[in-house]
Amino acid sequence: MVSDKLDRDLAEAGAKAAAAVPSGKGLARRRRLRIFAAQLLLAVVLVGSWQLLTAAKVIDPFFYGQPSGIAKQLYDYFAQGDQATEFGSYWTQIFTTLREAVSGFALGTVTGIVFGVVLGANPFLARVIGPYIKVFNAIPRIVLGSIFLVAFGLGQTPKILLAAVLVFFVVFFNAFQGVREVDRNILNNARVLGASPWRVVRDVTVPSALTWIIASLHTAFGFAIVGALVGEVLGAQSGLGLVITTAQNQFNPDGVFATMIVIAVITLAAESLLTRLERRLLSWRPPSPSEAAQI
Amino acid sequence: MTPAHTTDDAPNARIEISGVTKRFLTPAGDVFTAIKDVSFTVEPGQFCAVVGPTGCGKSTTLSLVSGLDRPSEGTVAVGGRPVDGIAEGVSFMFQADALLPWKTVLGNVALGPTFRGTAKREAESTARDWLRRVGLAGFEDRHPHQLSGGMRKRVAMAAALINEPRILLMDEPFGALDVQTKAIMQTELLGLWEQLRPSVLFITHDLEEAVALADRVVVMTSGPGSVKAVYDIDLPRPRGAVQDIRFQPEFLALHRQIWESLREEVERAYAKTAGVSS
Repeated sequence: MVSDKLDRDLAEAGAKAAAAVPSGKGLARRRRLRIFAAQLLLAVVLVGSWQLLTAAKVIDPFFYGQPSGIAKQLYDYFAQGDQATEFGSYWTQIFTTLREAVSGFALGTVTGIVFGVVLGANPFLARVIGPYIKVFNAIPRIVLGSIFLVAFGLGQTPKILLAAVLVFFVVFFNAFQGVREVDRNILNNARVLGASPWRVVRDVTVPSALTWIIASLHTAFGFAIVGALVGEVLGAQSGLGLVITTAQNQFNPDGVFATMIVIAVITLAAESLLTRLERRLLSWRPPSPSEAAQI
Repeated sequence: MTPAHTTDDAPNARIEISGVTKRFLTPAGDVFTAIKDVSFTVEPGQFCAVVGPTGCGKSTTLSLVSGLDRPSEGTVAVGGRPVDGIAEGVSFMFQADALLPWKTVLGNVALGPTFRGTAKREAESTARDWLRRVGLAGFEDRHPHQLSGGMRKRVAMAAALINEPRILLMDEPFGALDVQTKAIMQTELLGLWEQLRPSVLFITHDLEEAVALADRVVVMTSGPGSVKAVYDIDLPRPRGAVQDIRFQPEFLALHRQIWESLREEVERAYAKTAGVSS
């Protein structure tokens, strides 16, 4: 009798479990929807209360801007063509900043990788040059922008250099560490198999350090944008940094916020490109358990 | 760049280690003697195993033969020439995986020839051939992390043998494998060795493995390492499956004889590491 009941219970439990299994996907989708709804709600509450509080003059829109004003400003920037700013169309400003940031990013990344790999592979050089790099790193590098500006004028060069300096240190320290973490066995094996020092660097050291280097590029691109913008704020003839200073001088917080949003969109786009690059270059890696759980 | 050698230049494959001492400078500034006055010879085409307790400098000896390290005193000569830097015609197999995780199985095996300047296509066709010989045809496009431990060892073996080395150095290559896989890999290693006949210097802490595989077993003392005794193993060749050799009376007699010698050293080394508490 008892076993009969037990069997029935077990069968019921089994049926319940079987019914639960096919809805697993639906459950996951519902959870995703709920998260998205909560995110949307959060944005509506934040932006909405900003709008309401400024409309009711609890917060002064003259100083803190207003979402509707920011939206109108954004529309004006893109709709007014050459009249959008005193220095040409808004697109021109975007491209100026982008060109500076990307050039600085490329320059800083390449020099960072070269220095990181050379010093990482050569302990003697690392000991000699290491302290100098630390000192240089301790300098507030933004200040270098003033020096570059004095030396190279109002053109794009000082912005590119400032962005490159900011990027260099991020990439350098990662590349250096990545090279030092290369498996000794793999290095020795390559050497015994007859690899020349150059082949060891090309086929073992750099690919092995690539995980570290690519991880640094995400942060580095943000720094490149910061470098270009700060350079423009210090003095420029065009660029988003100049748009921001101009808006600031005209007591136009909506202009500052609108440009901020544009910069955020640019950075996010670059981020997604870098993630794609990362997936492609590191496709050999086994999927990590945390990635599988992140559905 | 020497062409693939044949048995004609067999004397090239003699390893002579004479009066070698190796000292290291520890980070604290002390001098640590890893091996002291080590001398023994591996004849061309011979399979020589080195056994000894942990930390007796077996691996140091191997890195001196490969040219990765230089002796503090004494000389290591390969084929009558003192080792000075990475020696030609030497392959190394490590206990840990030395495969490149971002390369496919085929790419890993083809490394040896490509490092030596062989064209990529030719190197890959040789690599394919070697993968077939170690029983991994069909796995060319996998990455190392997709293979089992035993399969990775086969890849490492193919990668080490593709250069047709006259000398094969092995540092506890099967130490991390389970017992069954280990036996299978040992049998396969013997099969491949009998085809190519490089001189082998094989380091292990497993005496059974040493006796089953080798022509000569060198017993080392514990720190600083030196040669305690050398035994010639006259079991007939080809030996066939390693699992079966272990039950032959000759095997057991040799095993017992060498173990008598090794036991003292193992106990001494153990007392040294565990001695603090006792």
